[in-house]
Amino acid sequence: MKVGVVTFPGSLDDVDAQRAVRVAGHEALALWHGDHDLRGVDAVILPGGFSYGDYLRCGAISRFSPVMTEVVEAAGRGMPVLGICNGFQILCESHLLPGALIRNDHRRFVCRDQRLRIEDTDTPWTAAYAPGAEITVPLKNGEGGFVADAETLDRIEGEGRVVARYLDGNPNGSLRDIAGVTNERGNVVGLMPHPEHAVEDLTGPGTDGLGFFVSLAERVLA
Amino acid sequence: MPKPEILDPQGKAVLGALPRLGFSGVTDVRQGKRFELEVDGEITAEVLEQVRQMAATLLSNPVIEDFTVAIETVPAAVSVVDPAESRS
Repeated sequence: MKVGVVTFPGSLDDVDAQRAVRVAGHEALALWHGDHDLRGVDAVILPGGFSYGDYLRCGAISRFSPVMTEVVEAAGRGMPVLGICNGFQILCESHLLPGALIRNDHRRFVCRDQRLRIEDTDTPWTAAYAPGAEITVPLKNGEGGFVADAETLDRIEGEGRVVARYLDGNPNGSLRDIAGVTNERGNVVGLMPHPEHAVEDLTGPGTDGLGFFVSLAERVLA
Repeated sequence: MPKPEILDPQGKAVLGALPRLGFSGVTDVRQGKRFELEVDGEITAEVLEQVRQMAATLLSNPVIEDFTVAIETVPAAVSVVDPAESRS
């Protein structure tokens, strides 16, 4: 599969995301924020970082970049889209995902290996995991607190749209320990921790993150 | 402004700092943003509506923030003294 990774000005983890895509056996294509073109990819990843310097709000300006017009349109057609960290913030600002991400409740940047439970394995990004699988991947954020009103939280929990939840302590004040969510259709996933940093034993806490990138083939080609 | 039900960690930090400086009696602090937009000509209802749309789409995130729009008149431009004249 061809997986596009968008680079915004200030993206940091685009190259790691491309590498994770290749380690999982796919072809990685670099996409540029200023282009109105997805170059025929089968799926898109919005990587972590500090796009547009996090000015205004994290992801608020990236949302209006030319490539996002194409991403929003493709997501509407069912294309798999994964937003990691800053990418998750961009997806929330784009209203492709519910809720928003605000400053960590303890007001400090957090960087650690984080244990997660994968709760929704019915997405193109999580199909390779067993339901309830517990994984460890790096987490690094300053504004990773997932918030939404109680009605929205009840709805996404009721519809099984919590993709991942924090285990062994909530690192950032996210409501109901939510680390990742998906849209109604299940093709768009946002995740605050970084599976792309856990795809090889040489670096990171292991290879628990690889499932996010391997899942694509299992689901889309099935 | 962050909506009342949304945690405001920055406001909490300010609230915690006030007593350390000897200020008492403040029970809560919320921190928001203020944007000043200068526009050409008169503020018609149409212009005001456009500004509201800017606030709703880009300047604020309606999921977590409320906003109000208010008109303020810019004070008359300060007259610039011509350096050549001021020397004489």
